[in-house]
Amino acid sequence: MKAWLKPGFWLPLVLVLGWGLVVLLLRQDTMRESAFVLLMSVGLASSLNILLGYTGYVSFGHIVFFGLGGYTGFYLISEQGWPLIPAALGGGLLSAFIALLVGLAVLRLRGAYFALATIGINEAARAFVSNFQPYGGATGLFVNFSAYEKYGGAGEALWTTFMLLWITVMVVLVVSFLVKHSRFGLGLMAIREDEDAAMVMGVKAPRAKTITYVISAFFPGVIGTLYFFKNGNIEPGDAFQLHMSIEMLVMVMLGGMGTVMGPLAGAVGYQWLRGYLLTSPLFKNLHLALAGVILLLIVLFVPAGAVGWVRGRFPRLKRFLE
Amino acid sequence: MLDQLISSLTDGLLLGFVYGVAAMGLTLIWGVMTVINLAHGPVIALGMFGTYLLFTHLGLNPYLALIPVAGSGLLLGFIIYVIAVHRVINAPHLSSLLATFAVNMIIIGVCTAIFSTSPQNIDYSLGSVELGFLTFPASRLVGAFGAVLVTAGLYLFLYFTRPGKAIRAVANNRMASELMGIPSSRVLALSFGLGTMLAAVAGGLIATFFPFTILSGGPYELKSFVICVLGGLGNPLGALVGGLILGGLEGLVPAFMPVSWVPVVEFGLFVLVLLVRPSGLFGAK
Repeated sequence: MKAWLKPGFWLPLVLVLGWGLVVLLLRQDTMRESAFVLLMSVGLASSLNILLGYTGYVSFGHIVFFGLGGYTGFYLISEQGWPLIPAALGGGLLSAFIALLVGLAVLRLRGAYFALATIGINEAARAFVSNFQPYGGATGLFVNFSAYEKYGGAGEALWTTFMLLWITVMVVLVVSFLVKHSRFGLGLMAIREDEDAAMVMGVKAPRAKTITYVISAFFPGVIGTLYFFKNGNIEPGDAFQLHMSIEMLVMVMLGGMGTVMGPLAGAVGYQWLRGYLLTSPLFKNLHLALAGVILLLIVLFVPAGAVGWVRGRFPRLKRFLE
Repeated sequence: MLDQLISSLTDGLLLGFVYGVAAMGLTLIWGVMTVINLAHGPVIALGMFGTYLLFTHLGLNPYLALIPVAGSGLLLGFIIYVIAVHRVINAPHLSSLLATFAVNMIIIGVCTAIFSTSPQNIDYSLGSVELGFLTFPASRLVGAFGAVLVTAGLYLFLYFTRPGKAIRAVANNRMASELMGIPSSRVLALSFGLGTMLAAVAGGLIATFFPFTILSGGPYELKSFVICVLGGLGNPLGALVGGLILGGLEGLVPAFMPVSWVPVVEFGLFVLVLLVRPSGLFGAK
């Protein structure tokens, strides 16, 4: 059966499409802002899932591509005067290129060694950018306000950014699905189960892993540019937050790793929960601890995540929840 | 110039001993159960706060306070192992990484609510020591001495006592040691307890040098990763040497470039060692 005929392909796309359309039709600023954060989480979690879910490699420093791509895109907009779309693509391509270089070296490591190396890369990148003068050092960069004029003023620019993010997220979901259902994806899942066996069976593991890493680094770069363009400034502390890498991991785990729907459900669920905990008077001081308890319970008792659990429990729904 | 270089190197090396103790805890846990304990940093911070509370509220000498801190560290390690680690000990790395990270979030969350993130310090000075042109705080010297003592204690424990030998047997081959009648779950819990105990002691020692907050454990956790990789993951004595290397670097690098470049050098070295010699500088090939 062709991939695009499967209901599991359409369900996440239709959800995101409908969501974006509702926001665009209602045109409320607060709604757009919250949708922006949610869609960004969905996009980041889904792109991490392409690496984590399909190959089983844990990257603790995935936010580094968000930061580096964001910095590059931002630099292209504010210092070189590029329009937003080419700059976002530029940010994505730079992230992908860095991932290629890093991947060629680091993906030889397996399991926990790889995870440790990604933590190191994140810290090294943050420290490097804080010292790199063209990127503004520790104080970062600001968008000149006139950059927003091209898009019909700051207010309109925010809507344009939102639409671009919305489209990017849909592209991520399509790519995630296509990777999962291709021959290439099957190779990745073979690597996840047993890398040596996969190589014996003819999967070119180093190449496949590097390509996956590059794909999963491209989108955070694009999303980073959009996010920092919306914010109007960028600094190292914001761009390389190790805890955001962890939040991405939690979202993927919550929804179910290795599924297309999982990161979508996980990101929305996590952000909703976080919002609830942060605003409730009872839990607002303890929200981090409670998020930790929830993560612990998931890891210990429902390692497949919400979507994985539903798929295992109700086999009939498997067609809809890829 | 040379005087300055030597004095900053000495300063770094003395700190390096204490970094070594923190890393030893991490590397012991990895060596025995191949779990990377992401709750290491918060335990270091708990060690700092334990010493601080005993000092300010009970007036206990900070160095004496290390003894109850070490005991509670051991107990905390047992609890963490039983609740969070035991179930995922045989699962893929992702599970144990996330489980210990969840513990990290819980500790940080609860302690931020209790202590807030305002900085504290232990107001206790031993004066300073002068050796020729070198002048450094005596607390550094005592800290380094304490670190050597802890390392020696760990070595004696691992090589000359029955539980220590059991830990080494389980690290070597868990199934074989179970067949020989070693209760591996208890041994794993003990090793985890020892690992967190070392972290808590290191935290207590660091608290006598610098002001700290509940989030201060994080940087030392990252340093511990670097040190473990330098000394070879799973090699407790290598960790001390790794700590000295890192401390030395922290002393030397600022002499040649701005201080803010120190992390770039450290983590660059870290990734390089992982790539070239993942078994560490002193680990077996």
